[in-house]
Amino acid sequence: MSVLSLERVTYCYPGAPTPALADVSVEVAPGEMVVLAGGSGSGKSTLLRAANGLVPHFHGGVFAGRATVAGMDTREHGPGALAAAVGTLFQDPETQVVMGTVRAELALPLENRGETAPAVARGVEEVALALGIAHLLDRPTDELSGGELQRVALGAALVGRPELILLDEPTSQLDPVAGDELIALLKRLGEDFDTAIVLAEHRLERCLPFADRAIAMRGGRVVCDAEPADFLAWAAAEAPELATPGARLLFGLGLAPVAGVKRARSALRGRGLIPAADTPAVSALRRSGREAIRFERVWHELDRGAAILRGLSLSVRAGERVALMGRNGAGKSTLLRHAAGLMRPTRGKIESAGRVALLLQNPTDYLVHDRVEQEASAAALATVGLGDPAVYERHPRDLSGGEKQRLALAIVLDDPAHEAVVVCLDEPTRGMDRRRKDELAALLCELDAAVIVATHDPEFAAAFAERVILLADGAPIADGSPSEVLAGGTYFATETARILGGVGGALRPEDGIVLLTAASEVGA
Amino acid sequence: MSYRRRASPLHAARAAAGCAYCLSLLVAALVLSAPVALGAVLLAIAGAGVGAKVGREMRRAALFATGLGLAVMLINALVVRDGLTVIARLGDLPMFGQTDVTLEATVSGAVLGARAVALVLCGALYTAAVDPDQVLRLFRRFSFHSALTATLATRMVPVLARDARRLAEAQRCRPGPPPSRARLVRAATAGVLDRALDVAAALEVRGYGSARRAPRGTGLRRAWSRHDLAFTAAAIGITTLAIGGRVAGLERFSSDPALHVPVSAGGLAVAAGLLVCALLPFADRRGIER
Repeated sequence: MSVLSLERVTYCYPGAPTPALADVSVEVAPGEMVVLAGGSGSGKSTLLRAANGLVPHFHGGVFAGRATVAGMDTREHGPGALAAAVGTLFQDPETQVVMGTVRAELALPLENRGETAPAVARGVEEVALALGIAHLLDRPTDELSGGELQRVALGAALVGRPELILLDEPTSQLDPVAGDELIALLKRLGEDFDTAIVLAEHRLERCLPFADRAIAMRGGRVVCDAEPADFLAWAAAEAPELATPGARLLFGLGLAPVAGVKRARSALRGRGLIPAADTPAVSALRRSGREAIRFERVWHELDRGAAILRGLSLSVRAGERVALMGRNGAGKSTLLRHAAGLMRPTRGKIESAGRVALLLQNPTDYLVHDRVEQEASAAALATVGLGDPAVYERHPRDLSGGEKQRLALAIVLDDPAHEAVVVCLDEPTRGMDRRRKDELAALLCELDAAVIVATHDPEFAAAFAERVILLADGAPIADGSPSEVLAGGTYFATETARILGGVGGALRPEDGIVLLTAASEVGA
Repeated sequence: MSYRRRASPLHAARAAAGCAYCLSLLVAALVLSAPVALGAVLLAIAGAGVGAKVGREMRRAALFATGLGLAVMLINALVVRDGLTVIARLGDLPMFGQTDVTLEATVSGAVLGARAVALVLCGALYTAAVDPDQVLRLFRRFSFHSALTATLATRMVPVLARDARRLAEAQRCRPGPPPSRARLVRAATAGVLDRALDVAAALEVRGYGSARRAPRGTGLRRAWSRHDLAFTAAAIGITTLAIGGRVAGLERFSSDPALHVPVSAGGLAVAAGLLVCALLPFADRRGIER
């Protein structure tokens, strides 16, 4: 018997012209881990909300078909009743954690269910131990990092031992280390508790290796429902934007795509395609042009707190495209804020050749007007690809995530009297699908100014950057071409580089195909 | 200022004991008026702050409270006409008329100011050292949803403050003239509504909408720790001394027509007893870590 069953579900949000889910039928068995794939607006989040009862009870709208969760029909049982069987984890942990301390947060779902105090205390202890957050139990929730907060939110979703866990892009706010840990943890918990997991994610290379099945959605419909290897074969042929870099690499070499670095490597080895370790790096860093911005022994020390930047020195040249990487708390955002003058160094100095534009993490914060055309000039809108007059009249908050990002970029660039010589972007790809990331990378490559992007996404860094700086504890620990920095690591490396073991400095599937084809020709 | 769990006896005590302790100091500050007794209460609160390792938070509150206390003293000295001992003749002042500042009005103003300082510090001690989640759990017995709403409001304050800081930073990044305040308020309101919707959805899926009470008599009996007992006993002792001293007239103080501040052995004993009761629970530092 399945724990989740959607039978021909069609759902339309109130006032929406087209259905968000169209004739969707899905079954999930106990203990199964299912990955939901699809571009933004494809219906992944709506499917999760249909499974936890928020659709239609919270959002309203028109619902047809039948959704059953642990034997309960969602038309008859609201989210409160379903909460006993379904745990949900959304994208932003900040809005899910509602209590003052971790212990109180974990206790809340059980208290809501009217559990006795001993049962609450026991449930809290067990879930805290299972998630490795027992040491956080008495910490105030407003002191926790994003990764810790997400674990606490996961704990609150798991504490009632639900039969089904729904996760909507749970790693989008996390650094690669915390993201990988979370997915591995989910897999283990699913096996330990026999909990079914349905996970919507854009970075499929992170979760497909752990999945039992993948479901692809497009326009509210299920377009593929298969095991990961079959899904990747389908994606490589039919929907390349959903294919993982590893799958594209294998497909480009004429091999059947598989999920995961280890399997991909063994597929290559089976064909004798692993190149020699002494293959030279594809490119080294070449720098020229005048300096756009220079940081000279910059320190940022918090009053009675830690030093966020520690004597950081670096310069970026005009037109240079730099990816700034490092785990959460490494100092990336602080460095960008210093560049734009939002913060002053406690020691050291920063010199720039002109105005520095900064796009912070949440583009919505920039939007204050009622129409797009009021936010930025037509020239600035055209620069970021929003030149279509049909967009001008729209309300900025009604734009899609990618459009909001571009509009915010237009806003910060829009000063003809003082053109920006440096453009900084802080985590611009959070929650973006691959197509939008590619569009953003192309846009950044067209800018004349120096570009500095703080990102956790090595695939995005490889797509746009010509230089990568890896920060740790407020100082650069690696600075070089993408091939030099991103090819050799594990967490800060692209999937292609991990499959190839960093050989040849190949970062993208296309680079890998060229490298391996050349190597096989030499071998032949 | 917000609650942080620290390794102190007061943090180790259950919320009911912590509440009772802070409340007893508040009652003492309201009931006692003799300078010696009030001074002892102030000392007790400050000592409790240090003992609970929330001295820094208390110092911040004291800075605010001292300004408030001085303002109370000054206004009292200017507007109250009681007292015979004139210490300053300010002549005919606008709004105040003929103004003679008397020693009695100044001292009674100082006592009122000191009481205001004590009340603020009591509030600061409570905020910094008593777990709000536990306090709300106490009140859930009376109204579950109201308690959760109050918790949520408390939790959302720092979240919304962070949102506001983010919005302000984003506006600083906009080139050209800044948008009008009205536009910013609208943008901020839209952001808060989005946030509220997300939180409401998160609460729904946690089962808030169908919250049930736990069956009666199934509560977890948490054993009373040494700190629970010590602070409850201290609360009883402080309240008894304060009310007893007041009823027995041991701390009589008057400022009209002339200043009369008798320092009796009984009054000193009340002050000393208050200090001992308030600070003794901090002497036992076993089992304060969690």
